[in-house]
Amino acid sequence: MEILGFIADNMHVIGQRTLEHISIVLVAVAIAVVPAVPVGIAITQSKSVADTVLYLASMMITVPSIALFGLMIPLLSPIGHGIGYVPAVIAVILYSQLPIIRNTYTAITNIDPVLRDAARGMGMSDWQRLRQVEIPLAVPVIMAGVRTAVVMNIGVTAIAAYIGAGGLGTLIARGISQTDPRQLVTGALSVSLLAIVADLFLAQLQRLMTSKGIQGETPA
Amino acid sequence: MIRLENLTRHFGQGAHPIVAVDNVTLEVPSGEICVLLGPSGCGKTTTMRMINRLIEPTSGKIFIDGKDTVDVDPIELRRTIGYVIQQIGLFPHKTVEDNICVVPDLLGWQRTNSRARARELLELVGLQPDLFLKRYPKELSGGQQQRVGVLRALAADPPLMLMDEPFGAIDPINREVIQDEFLKMQQQLRKTIVFVSHDLDEAVRMADKIAIFRSGRLEQLATPNELLANPCNAFVESFLGGDRALKRLRLIRSGEAMVRDFARVQPDTPLGEAQRHMAAHGAAAAIVLDGEGRPLGVLKGEDAELCDSTVAQAYRPDPIGVPAEADLRIAVSLMLTHDLPALACVDGQGKAVGVLTYRSIVTTLRGTGPEADR
Repeated sequence: MEILGFIADNMHVIGQRTLEHISIVLVAVAIAVVPAVPVGIAITQSKSVADTVLYLASMMITVPSIALFGLMIPLLSPIGHGIGYVPAVIAVILYSQLPIIRNTYTAITNIDPVLRDAARGMGMSDWQRLRQVEIPLAVPVIMAGVRTAVVMNIGVTAIAAYIGAGGLGTLIARGISQTDPRQLVTGALSVSLLAIVADLFLAQLQRLMTSKGIQGETPA
Repeated sequence: MIRLENLTRHFGQGAHPIVAVDNVTLEVPSGEICVLLGPSGCGKTTTMRMINRLIEPTSGKIFIDGKDTVDVDPIELRRTIGYVIQQIGLFPHKTVEDNICVVPDLLGWQRTNSRARARELLELVGLQPDLFLKRYPKELSGGQQQRVGVLRALAADPPLMLMDEPFGAIDPINREVIQDEFLKMQQQLRKTIVFVSHDLDEAVRMADKIAIFRSGRLEQLATPNELLANPCNAFVESFLGGDRALKRLRLIRSGEAMVRDFARVQPDTPLGEAQRHMAAHGAAAAIVLDGEGRPLGVLKGEDAELCDSTVAQAYRPDPIGVPAEADLRIAVSLMLTHDLPALACVDGQGKAVGVLTYRSIVTTLRGTGPEADR
């Protein structure tokens, strides 16, 4: 009851923090897609390169976020962004690489070779085949990778409060330091709720971006 | 016209590459269907795929209408050659309409033209455009998908088609329907077609010429009838199977195997006279005709001996006869089923124009003509 009262009294702050949180994740994942999808497509040309790239991306994801933020302080301080928004966005970009690259790679390599043969046999260039056949067929799986990245990084971004990036993590951090369970619980609930809402929203987006001809056939 | 000259393709490197296609020389005249036939791994598909340069030859040349394909950009080349594969390969994310229009779109046709073309093509195979244009491949039956696969290859009206076991994935009953449908289209379209198959019956139905392959080599190139009649070696003979004479029956029309001079009787002819009539013709049976010359049935010699009345009491009214246009397989099947030594061939008006006997069929199959023994 006490918590509900707290939430009601602080709606404005919670809304502000939520927007900050969304802004970090949205901007970062949007930027992450730009290199990750082409890399995921490019590495389908060579098994050994693919293995190396996916290995590196997996290593990246094992670095604890708090350590990554710590590492970025000396690296980004010279340009005046040792803490705050920029390192948070960079961390999310890095963490997003694995799910997006891996899903893109898997989606493209799993395309029925018959379709590739038909596309070549009818006179599509490599680029036309990619654009007209392979990418449209890979979209649902690539989007599933984006969803994974978003949901995962909503969690990561909560930690970014410790480097002053704002967001809902601020409520959690203050809840801990001030031993205030109201802030703590409100922050945790909001982060979870945001993750769920984002996932549902992206699932809808994924459906819209997928041709009706292949809906219901690819795992989410 | 397609001409393959000393076409060879090796796979693998080193001193002992796998020879997939070995020095094949072959010509497909314009408007003909050439079926490349052989057991799996015989090089037929590799040969076909070299024509649109999905596989490059190790050596040898391919000419299309006299032009060496090496001098044509492979992507441009493929857009001028229809391509149909066994697994169909319709793009699942595109509608039927967009699938059919793939090549026209690549060629930069006006959208209204290509979409009108898709409509026209669907009508050609009896698929209602309004019902099917906006469907996705998964919403079609196997047979419908296969038809759309063929239409997609025909969309830009290429003079050449490559078809790799295009009807292989369809159940046998529908396969015959689609084969007939395709042959009917081909009569109008007159495409030059290279057709890969491992099914002898299909080859015999579809082909103007059959090219038999074994381990990369072209063993024999002949019309289906020539091939079944005169296999050039033991391999071809065994590949054609022990029933190759029966397969030929499909290729010959009853009218080609009938004799025009035969014993005719009327229902009111006394049996004694009918017997004498048959003896005079050296025939084991007589055809019973009505006043107009239409057959009513067959009078077998043994039936004529049984009783002492007229033909009407002794003849077999079923079957009456076969159309002269029907293939021999149907005629022979009737003769075997009803134990008849002779069967009337009828023309469009239903009049008897000749008679088939086992003798006339055998001499026709031998190539000496139905009247040879007379």
